Amino acid sequence: MKILVCISHVPDTTSKINFAEGDTKFDANGVQFVINPNDEFGLTRAMWFKEKQGASVDVINVGGAETEPTLRKALAIGADKAIRVNTEAKDGYQVAGELAKVAQDGGYDLIIGGRESIDYNGGMVPGMVAAMMGASFINNCIGLEVDGSSVTASREIDGGKESVSTSFPLVVGGQKGIVDESDLRIPNMRGIMMARQKPLEVVEPSGTAVKSASVQFEKPAPKGAVKLVDPENLDELISLLHNEAKVI
Amino acid sequence: MSVLVYTESEQGKYKKSAFEVASYGSALAEKMGTGVSAVAFNAEDAGALGNYGVGKVLQVSDASFESFTAAKYAKAIAAAAKQENATVVVLSSSANSKYLAPLLAVELEAGYASNVIALPDDVSNFKVKRNAFTNKAYAFTSISSDIKLVGVSNNSFGVTEKGGSATVEPFAPDASADGVSVDGQDKAAGKVTIADADIVVSGGRGLKGPENWNMVEELADVLGAATACSKPVSDMGWRPHSEHVGQTGKPVASNLYIAIGISGAIQHLAGINASKVKVVINTDPEAPFFKAADYGVVGDAFTVVPQLIEKLKAFKAAG
Repeated sequence: MKILVCISHVPDTTSKINFAEGDTKFDANGVQFVINPNDEFGLTRAMWFKEKQGASVDVINVGGAETEPTLRKALAIGADKAIRVNTEAKDGYQVAGELAKVAQDGGYDLIIGGRESIDYNGGMVPGMVAAMMGASFINNCIGLEVDGSSVTASREIDGGKESVSTSFPLVVGGQKGIVDESDLRIPNMRGIMMARQKPLEVVEPSGTAVKSASVQFEKPAPKGAVKLVDPENLDELISLLHNEAKVI
Repeated sequence: MSVLVYTESEQGKYKKSAFEVASYGSALAEKMGTGVSAVAFNAEDAGALGNYGVGKVLQVSDASFESFTAAKYAKAIAAAAKQENATVVVLSSSANSKYLAPLLAVELEAGYASNVIALPDDVSNFKVKRNAFTNKAYAFTSISSDIKLVGVSNNSFGVTEKGGSATVEPFAPDASADGVSVDGQDKAAGKVTIADADIVVSGGRGLKGPENWNMVEELADVLGAATACSKPVSDMGWRPHSEHVGQTGKPVASNLYIAIGISGAIQHLAGINASKVKVVINTDPEAPFFKAADYGVVGDAFTVVPQLIEKLKAFKAAG
């Protein structure tokens, strides 16, 4: 089985979010970048298929050279090869187009992406890749089993979960649950050393269609101070929630 | 040129999000100087959307659409959009809508903006404000494609009743099977889900153990709320994973979020920040959550929550 794992290069969760150039771009100064958390879960599952079923696992990112350290982290976790499509990520549609082209040309059976990235929260790339490839799409994936080219999976649904089945080619939108948090692979020294020898191919973009642009950003207004209510006076809390906040 | 909204229903009843997207779609259509229709699947009283400004409802009455599968629904909505010459298609932010949205976008070659919280100021550049950086900032996204797909965030636009009526037209899209088949579902019946709830009551490590959750459930009961928990609580198995809310858990966009014994780690806040009003109950006055809260009680949950339950019961009884 040939697996392609899509890796987003995102600011670490604890980063301060600021914008530059007249609030038109995210200010990356001093920001630590990491593999998107949802993608990490999918990558670990891919490693399981590599170890137990002999699958090959490549990782891919659409972005400039600044994303290469994040691709190297994925190689250090155990992927065989990294591919960077050399273009700025402009919107979800364009990124999906570039990924779909590589996925199709490369004959991948299973493409694993994260359900949503923590920076732009588009939540669209894996599904768009599937539609562009004519592949099946399983979103909110919290369990994935492969037997030959038959796939059974578990999805998180509102109020519970559902089991689904399909076949290759398949794109999966993964999240926590596709592996347990305690099973997440982290790069060890050996992995980091080996990552340096693994191929990181830079390919030119196909120049796929861009349908939108984030032209401006805004930080929310600073939050007012919390209104503390005396634990001896909970009637006041109820009154505030009813009369002021109007939520009960 | 027109607006089409996908209005969700469950067991024949429209979900609250249906009225919100209908309200958004109607206001948008007014701005664009055009009309708005809806596509619904097996909804009883389909015409009820007229109250929210929808002129026409395309009603799919087909048992094979009872079970949701994304690709099949996306194709059906795309067919409705093409029939109606829709230039904007509006969806909710439910898990199902988010599942079908990217498939629908590619069918329509449409740019898609998710988590949208307002109408575009100017319909010609179609720039919409959306939540980004996991609720830490806003992005203004301009969609340039001919057909535009908008996913409206829960509880962001609100519901506007206009008192009109809608015509209902039967619509029979291609019903051929989806490439992904559903083998079974495991769902708690009757309980309000975190996604649908107006109020969410959430517990953290401060509650000390799973045996202490009765009061969380009782408080949720009194309020008609969904129950949720922090990540450590689900990691330790005190509560099911389905209750974990936070960055790697479920997002919360309810009107009220009550956090009991939760300190307020950044990943937790990221996931619940879209909720409108946050109430924090914690013994530790230094708990970071108080900085993110609207209202707070510094006190022992084991005395505060039972009292709150009694007082809320009295409040509700007084009408």
